[in-house]
Amino acid sequence: MPGMIETRALRKVYLAASRKRVTPPRGTATPSGGTRAASSPQQSGEIAALDGLDLEIHEGEFFGLLGPNGAGKTTTIGVLTTRVLATSGEAFVAGKNVATEEVAVRRRIGVVPQRPNPDRGLNVIENLLFHGAYFGLSHAVSMQRAMGLLELFEIADRAHAEVEELSGGQQQRLMIARALLHEPRVIFLDEPTVGLDPQARLALWDILRILHAQGRTIVMTTHYMQEADELCDRLAIVDRGRLLALDTPSRLRLQAPGSTLIDLTIEGDCAAAASLCRRLSGVQRVDEASGDLRAYSDRGGELIPALIHAVEEAGCRVQNINLSKPNLETLFVSLTGRKLA
Amino acid sequence: MMSSHEDDAPLPVSDVFFAMLRRDVRVARRELPFFLLRTTMQPLLLMVVFGYLLPKMGMVAKGYTATLLPGVVSLSLALSAVQSVSLPMVAQFGFSKEIEDRLLAPIPSHLVALELVTAGTLQGLLAGLFVLPVGRLIMGAIPGLGFSNAVQVFSVMLLGAATFSALGLLIGCAINPQQIGLMFSSIIGPMIFFGCMYYPWKGLDSVPVMKYAVLVNPLVYVAEGMRATLTPGMPHMDLIVISFALLTLLLLFWWLGLRAFMKRAVT
Repeated sequence: MPGMIETRALRKVYLAASRKRVTPPRGTATPSGGTRAASSPQQSGEIAALDGLDLEIHEGEFFGLLGPNGAGKTTTIGVLTTRVLATSGEAFVAGKNVATEEVAVRRRIGVVPQRPNPDRGLNVIENLLFHGAYFGLSHAVSMQRAMGLLELFEIADRAHAEVEELSGGQQQRLMIARALLHEPRVIFLDEPTVGLDPQARLALWDILRILHAQGRTIVMTTHYMQEADELCDRLAIVDRGRLLALDTPSRLRLQAPGSTLIDLTIEGDCAAAASLCRRLSGVQRVDEASGDLRAYSDRGGELIPALIHAVEEAGCRVQNINLSKPNLETLFVSLTGRKLA
Repeated sequence: MMSSHEDDAPLPVSDVFFAMLRRDVRVARRELPFFLLRTTMQPLLLMVVFGYLLPKMGMVAKGYTATLLPGVVSLSLALSAVQSVSLPMVAQFGFSKEIEDRLLAPIPSHLVALELVTAGTLQGLLAGLFVLPVGRLIMGAIPGLGFSNAVQVFSVMLLGAATFSALGLLIGCAINPQQIGLMFSSIIGPMIFFGCMYYPWKGLDSVPVMKYAVLVNPLVYVAEGMRATLTPGMPHMDLIVISFALLTLLLLFWWLGLRAFMKRAVT
C-alpha cells in the first residue's frame, strides 16, 4: 500500500441549484502562483468544489488541509469518508476504493464532524456503546474502551449524563471518543476547533498530539494557520478545489515570497498604483485585491516611504499600512489572493 | 495499538442492522409514555366522543362503534408509523445531523433506510395493538368484533404499518424542517378525514366522485383492511384488493423514500 490515503484527479461538480454546501468562488485577485493550473472550462450553472485534486497521505501522518471557506476541504473529507460521491477521479483509503468499497472504508475510518452530532436519544456512554455495536464490537470490549476514552478525555464523570448536558468542548471530545472507539486506521477531523473557546481548543490540541504520538493517521481540515502549523506533519493548501502547495509547515514558510509583506489599504485606482509599485527595486511582487495592495518586499519596512510615494503618484491615498513577516498566512495570500478567515 | 487490524475480520451486515434496531428500541422504550401519548391521544379522544359520548346521547346508532373501532386502530397505527420515521428523519438530516453516525457505520446506506422503516413498522404495530383493547374498553361491547382472524388482523396491521413507515421515510427525507407543520395540515389532515376511518368505503356509494377519489389515500386500505378482519360483518372492501393495494403502495413509497434517502445520505 503506497499511502494510507490517495486521491487521483478527484473532481466534484455541484449543479448550481443544489449547491447547498459550496460557496461559489469569488475574488478579484489575480494570483500569479506557478502551482495553479489553467482554469478548466466549466459549464455555467456548475460549480467545481473539487477540481482535479491529487493527494497522497502516509500512514501515521498528521495531515492538514488548509484553505478558506469554500476551498473544498469539507468536500474532500466528504469524498474520503464515503458521504460525497466524486464526479470523476478516484480515492482510496487504507487501500479501499471509497466509491465501490464504501463499507470497508467506513470500517477503517473514524470521523469527527465540524459540529458535534451526538445521538441525542442516547446518553453519553450509550453513544459510545451503540457506536461500538455498529462496528461489531462486543459489549464488554465497547464498555472497556468507552470508559478508557472517557477518562482520557476527562468526561468519565459524565458517562451517564444526557449529551445536552455537556458543554460544547465536552461534546466535541465525546465525538472524538466515538470516532476512536472502533480503533480506526484513519481519523478525519473537519474543523474540529471551530466554535471552541481558546482553553478548549488547547485541550483539544493536546488530545490530537496524543493520538498522533500513538501512530494514527490523522487528516484534519482547518482554516486556522496556527493550528495547522502547530500540529501537522504536512500541509496541503487548497483553494477552489485545487492543490496549491503541499509540504511541511517549515518548508512551506520558506516558500513565502519576499522577506516582508506590506499590506496597504488604499483609496483610488488600485491598478495604477500597483503598476507603479511594481517598478520599485526591492519589491518582489505586488498583488491587488479590492482596495488592498500587497507588496512582497526584500528590504523589510524600508520600502514603505517609496511605496507611499508611488501610490500617491498614481493619484491614490494610503489609508492603512500593515507589515508582516512571511508565514503560512502570507504564503496562502500569495497563492490564492485571498485571506484565510 | 491497532490490535492487528480487527477491521479485516468479517462483520456481517445483519449484526450492524440489528445493532441499529436495538438502538431504536432503546430510544423508543425510553420515550414510551410520550410515544403512546403522541400517537394514540387523537384516536382515544375520537373513541371517547364518537364511540362513547355520541352513542350515549343517542346521536349515532349503537352499532357505529363496529365501524369506528377498526378505523381508529388503523389511524393510530398509520399515524404512529409515519411519525416515528418522518419526525426524527427531518431533525436528524436537517439540523442535528445525528443520523451521520449511522450513515458512517459499516453497512450499505440502503440498509440504514430499511432499518428505519423496520423500526417505524414495529412502532406502528405497537400503537395499533395498544389502541385495540383500549378502544374495546372505552366503547364497550362491539357488535361483530371477533378475533378468529387473528393472523389476518396481524397481517393487515403489519402491511399497513410498513406502508406508512415507508411513507414516513419519503416525507422525512423530502421535507424541510420548516415544513413539518405544513405536512400535518396538508397531508396528514386530509388523509385522516378522507381515509374511510369514520365511515366504511361502501358508504361513499352515495358520493361516487369521492368514492373513487379517496382510493389514492393509503389510509383507506388500512381502515378497510381492519374492518375486513376485525369486524367482517360490516361492509368492507375485498381483502385481496386491500392486500394488493397496500403492497403496491408499500413498494412505491419504499422506492421513492429510498431514492430521497440516498440523495441525502450520499451527495
